[in-house]
Amino acid sequence: MASVKNRHKRIALIVGGVAALGVATALVLNAFQSNLVFFFTPTQVSAGEAPKERSFRIGGMVETGSVQRQSDGLTVKFTVTDTAKTVPVTYTGILPDLFREGKGVVAQGRLEPGGLFRAEEVLAKHDENYMPPEAQHALDQAAKNAPPTRP
Amino acid sequence: MIPEIGHFSLILTLFVALAQGGFALAGAANGNARWIAFARPAARVQFLLIIISFASLAWAFVAKDFSVAYVAQNSHSQLPLFYRIAAVWGGHEGSLLLWMLMQTGWAYAVSVFSRQLPDAMVARVLGVLGLVAAGFLLFVLLTSNPFERLVPPPMEGLDLNPLLQDVGLIFHPPLLYMGYVGFSVVFAFAIAALLAGQLDATWARWSRPWGTAAWLFLTLGIALGSWWAYYELGWGGWWFWDPVENSSFIPWLVGTALIHSLAVTEKRGSFKSWTVLLAISTFSLSLLGAFLVRSGVLTSVHAFATDPRRGVFILLLFTVVVGSSLFLYALRAPKVGLGGRFDLVSRESLLLVNNVLMAVAAGSIILGTLYPLFIDALGLGKLSVGPPYFNAVFVPLMVPALLLMALGPIANWKSAKVGAMLKRLYVPAAVALGVGIATPIALGRWSPMVALGIALATWIATAVVIGIIERMRATRSGLLAQPRSWLGMHVAHLGIAVFVAGVALVMGYETEQDIRMAPGDTVTAGGYDLKFLGVRKTPGPNYVADMGDIEMSRDGKILRLLHPEKRTYTSSAMPMTEVAIDANGLRHVYVALGEPLADGAWSIRVYYKPFVDWIWGGCILMALGGLLAISDRRYRLKKRERRASSKLAEATS
Repeated sequence: MASVKNRHKRIALIVGGVAALGVATALVLNAFQSNLVFFFTPTQVSAGEAPKERSFRIGGMVETGSVQRQSDGLTVKFTVTDTAKTVPVTYTGILPDLFREGKGVVAQGRLEPGGLFRAEEVLAKHDENYMPPEAQHALDQAAKNAPPTRP
Repeated sequence: MIPEIGHFSLILTLFVALAQGGFALAGAANGNARWIAFARPAARVQFLLIIISFASLAWAFVAKDFSVAYVAQNSHSQLPLFYRIAAVWGGHEGSLLLWMLMQTGWAYAVSVFSRQLPDAMVARVLGVLGLVAAGFLLFVLLTSNPFERLVPPPMEGLDLNPLLQDVGLIFHPPLLYMGYVGFSVVFAFAIAALLAGQLDATWARWSRPWGTAAWLFLTLGIALGSWWAYYELGWGGWWFWDPVENSSFIPWLVGTALIHSLAVTEKRGSFKSWTVLLAISTFSLSLLGAFLVRSGVLTSVHAFATDPRRGVFILLLFTVVVGSSLFLYALRAPKVGLGGRFDLVSRESLLLVNNVLMAVAAGSIILGTLYPLFIDALGLGKLSVGPPYFNAVFVPLMVPALLLMALGPIANWKSAKVGAMLKRLYVPAAVALGVGIATPIALGRWSPMVALGIALATWIATAVVIGIIERMRATRSGLLAQPRSWLGMHVAHLGIAVFVAGVALVMGYETEQDIRMAPGDTVTAGGYDLKFLGVRKTPGPNYVADMGDIEMSRDGKILRLLHPEKRTYTSSAMPMTEVAIDANGLRHVYVALGEPLADGAWSIRVYYKPFVDWIWGGCILMALGGLLAISDRRYRLKKRERRASSKLAEATS
């Protein structure tokens, strides 16, 4: 009798564990798929590879001379470049301390039908010489694909 | 000359650590008493040597010796003295030296507080700790020597990153490292027990205070990091699910599972293999955290290292530790007995569910943290996992864990009666339901998440209070006469309740505004009026600040002036935001300067954060609970008994 009870107990424990694991896996995979944020370089965005309905990240350099503050004082327009292509970006809010023209930047947001990237978040760097790896990656990709310059 | 002494002392430590590992483990295996006796003094010598090494580096900072490369990279002649001292661990090399100081410090503590343990066991524990220390010392000496000289020496240093010039730097890394490294002691106890083939309740009792001590430091370290990010980065967020934060939170979750599992092993002898596995996992995940943070694979303020050799070395160390300990586990675990049996409804079962939930939560955070790195390493593109993923996974997993927290402490070991337990839960359930529904209504806006959070917090808090009162009544004794470890558990659980209430209220009722303000403009946040008076230039010791004057008032009554700053550091020309916060324990009014706009206007962040202090207050309560638990008399009782018996032995001989 005791052994039957023990077996029941063990089966209940195993079933419970598997059920918990199943629920957790379902939760995880569901949330995971809808929250992956992909990264695209300005060249990829120009080629139309970036998603239209989904939020994604772009990275590169803030083009020198491109930062324009709008009259409300909080909306800023600038251009992100990977030296090959550029993407116009607009952002409303306070920019990170180290946002500078000619420096690396990563922004997360959505692409509007007209090709303007509406950033929801501009990611901060932590050091003035530090280059976000995504931004560096964008520049490297552009340099790799650039036609060889004549000597 | 002094930096060379530090370097030399570091090399000496490596040899002592290797010798300690070799002799102590071999001695314990062969029963060689003289080799076993080598373990304790060797641990103490290592600590002394690392203190010398650490003090040498600190001296180089204090004396502004820019011929030492590390000092030149992380200091400046204008840097104030206390930041020059904290800058010792402001960069990669020095933070590893701090890690070593903690590592040898914990081993020293083991050598001092282990008199009640058999000598062979102590030798095994210290031997394993010696090998771990040797691994890290090799890493420091081969890839990250903090004492390297620059020829010719520069006239001036590059300065400490302004983000780090804050009181947070003085406390956050030491506390966090105390936690990370502290788990190496529990790991060493587990490995020693596997080596000796002695996995029993005694082993669990020895490990438990060490595990709780490491856990309480890790709790404080994470809380301090959260608080630091909240006010220093100027974004007003207390948790971002940033990979760096995750890499400290993962060992915390597994460590929380570990201290609960250790309780079962000590009291009932069950879960032995699982506890050993958790002890190995917690330390391994601490190493993984160190790898993620230090290797530069993550984008963050913590990623100083750009030298790929460092990442490879830590990964190698991680592989050796995990591989060898799991191999040993595979060899020995099948021989471990099952321990006490228990029913489906029992405290053991409830703690098992706690462990499963903690482990699954840790697993899902590991997935979200590591997946982007794998995809990148495989060249499949760059991506990141957004905070909504972590919230969507973590919250549903924690709700049952919080519900069960009221059940665990009242359930009997081995077998619990469902009916009797339910009877004791009527009051907490009623209070939780009432307060949960009433709070959002009283605060003026209904929110199901706030109701859920407050209900869960009240559920736990009520159960804790009732549990304490019932026990005091049953034992007819006062609060402080109760066993410390039992009190500690309740205080820590109360901390969770306070934390959950803080999170629910701040998430539900915070307001965040980024606005343009001209001098004279007023904005309202949480019932307070904030009037922008203007910005003036103010010099600091090594920076120039634009200091804002913002008048805070309520119903026309002026309360105080807030002074947010925008600093520009002279050495690096790097701008830094210093926020101004008015706190009263129930809410924060948080203002930060953005950028100067035309006509003396500024962009300004104005945040209202109700109950945000409760988040960190809850963490402090958790740590306090841990402190109470390790001060329990039963961990010291053995020592006194043993001392008495050894005196007796001396007397008879």
